[in-house]
Amino acid sequence: MVMKLRTAGYFFKQAGISLWRNFWMSLAAVASVAISMFLLGAFLLLVFNVNYIAASLQSNVEIAVFLQVDTPRQAAYQVRDQVMAMPGVTEVTLVPKEVGLKQLSQQFGGEEELLGATGGVNPLPDYLRVRVADPETIHEVARAIASLPGVEKVNYGQEVVDRLFAVVRWLRWLGAGIILVLGLGALFLIIITIRLTVYSRRREINIMKYVGATDWFIRWPFFLEGLFLGLVGSGCAALAIYAGYSLLLTRAGAALVFIPLLNDRVLLLNSVLSLVAGGALVGALGSLLSIRRFLKV
Amino acid sequence: MSLIQFYNVTKVYQPHITALDDISVKIDKGEFVFLVGPSGAGKTTFIRLLFREEVPTRGQILIGGRSIARLKRREVPFLRRNIGIVFQDFRLLPEWTVFENVAFALRVIEVSPREIKPRVEKALERVGLSNRARMFPHQLSGGEQQRAAIARAIVNNPRILVADEPTGNLDPATSREIMKLLEEINYQGTTVIMATHAWDIVNSMRKRVIALQQGRLVRDDREGAYGYEA
Repeated sequence: MVMKLRTAGYFFKQAGISLWRNFWMSLAAVASVAISMFLLGAFLLLVFNVNYIAASLQSNVEIAVFLQVDTPRQAAYQVRDQVMAMPGVTEVTLVPKEVGLKQLSQQFGGEEELLGATGGVNPLPDYLRVRVADPETIHEVARAIASLPGVEKVNYGQEVVDRLFAVVRWLRWLGAGIILVLGLGALFLIIITIRLTVYSRRREINIMKYVGATDWFIRWPFFLEGLFLGLVGSGCAALAIYAGYSLLLTRAGAALVFIPLLNDRVLLLNSVLSLVAGGALVGALGSLLSIRRFLKV
Repeated sequence: MSLIQFYNVTKVYQPHITALDDISVKIDKGEFVFLVGPSGAGKTTFIRLLFREEVPTRGQILIGGRSIARLKRREVPFLRRNIGIVFQDFRLLPEWTVFENVAFALRVIEVSPREIKPRVEKALERVGLSNRARMFPHQLSGGEQQRAAIARAIVNNPRILVADEPTGNLDPATSREIMKLLEEINYQGTTVIMATHAWDIVNSMRKRVIALQQGRLVRDDREGAYGYEA
């Protein structure tokens, strides 16, 4: 695979000649790589963002721990301390029944009316608002709290959490599937393009084999051609993704305050660079696959 | 030690076509050998084994003392740089001039550009095509095209020149010129192995004749003539 410097020029020239000779086919391959890689990049960012939104929603999910109505305040503090001591718990707030009643009345009307409806007795229990560090541990923490003495009921929107997890998981699989299909499509188009070149050069290749050219000497120009197609295509896609997402952040960021868009330059740059690397890989792989058969002489 | 040694070489194409059957033969450096026999006798297989387009099913082939069946894939190109090959259909690249066609053989084995020009000129001189260097193959006669192909085969000074029916597409007069050229190349030290159907050429040259029939070696005469019968 070692390339002498003076031969490198020859390889680049050969690759350039074939790219130019099959100009329209090369253009089609570049365009298809660009489109596939653009969709791939867009989907990657979509997955990242859904993940991000899901994560931020999950981190907002609290556990509401309702104590038994007749629990003395002192016992309530004890429960709070026990919960606080549990691993993974980051924040516990005790909401006394009086505060709870005030909150309820702010939502539904006068305190007196509510009390009147229940015969002057505050029907609410004290309750604890619990936050956990890792949303995925919320099940365990909730179960542990439920087994504590004095705890009446634990409520944490289990279904919402589970559904979010399911959506995220499903999106990841869908994303992987789409990325695979698009990647294969781009690979296939590059293979076809290179194979056209290989085919138009099959007599040259045949003679090269007979006069003792090494396999890598024969491969290099095609390898470079494929690499070029992949790089240019994915480079266009990367630019479009980068510019498009930046625009989305500045323009839509203000309009869509309620949807937290992921604003992470490093991640964006990494995604864009992976696209370029992916395009180069697809191009190189495509060209190696197309020439393989013709080297068997 | 002989330059080329075949020991009990058998080549079977799957499922069960025996192209060569237990061939043992030695060819010395500087020899001129005709390989004769009817179509399907195994001549082409013999040649393909020589430059390792095929590997023997059984037996051993040594070239210059090295077993070529055991060559690694990446060593094959270096074997071929010692063997020039000429085909019946010339196999010149039509969009290139004669000079470029010959130079191509040197360029792809990474000979330095400074060396290429004088070596190509010398090869073209040897085959008598110096004045055709700038022409394209389609502007040449059949005999001239074959000369160009021979120039390409010898430009790297191979020890062995293999020719598979090199006169198959040429008229008798042109064929005789090509044979004269191959004989000259042989006189200068290159071992020449030529597969042919042309009995008149074989009979007039009085060289060694190896006759194959149905994959078997049926005759090996020092100064032979054509003919399949004993």
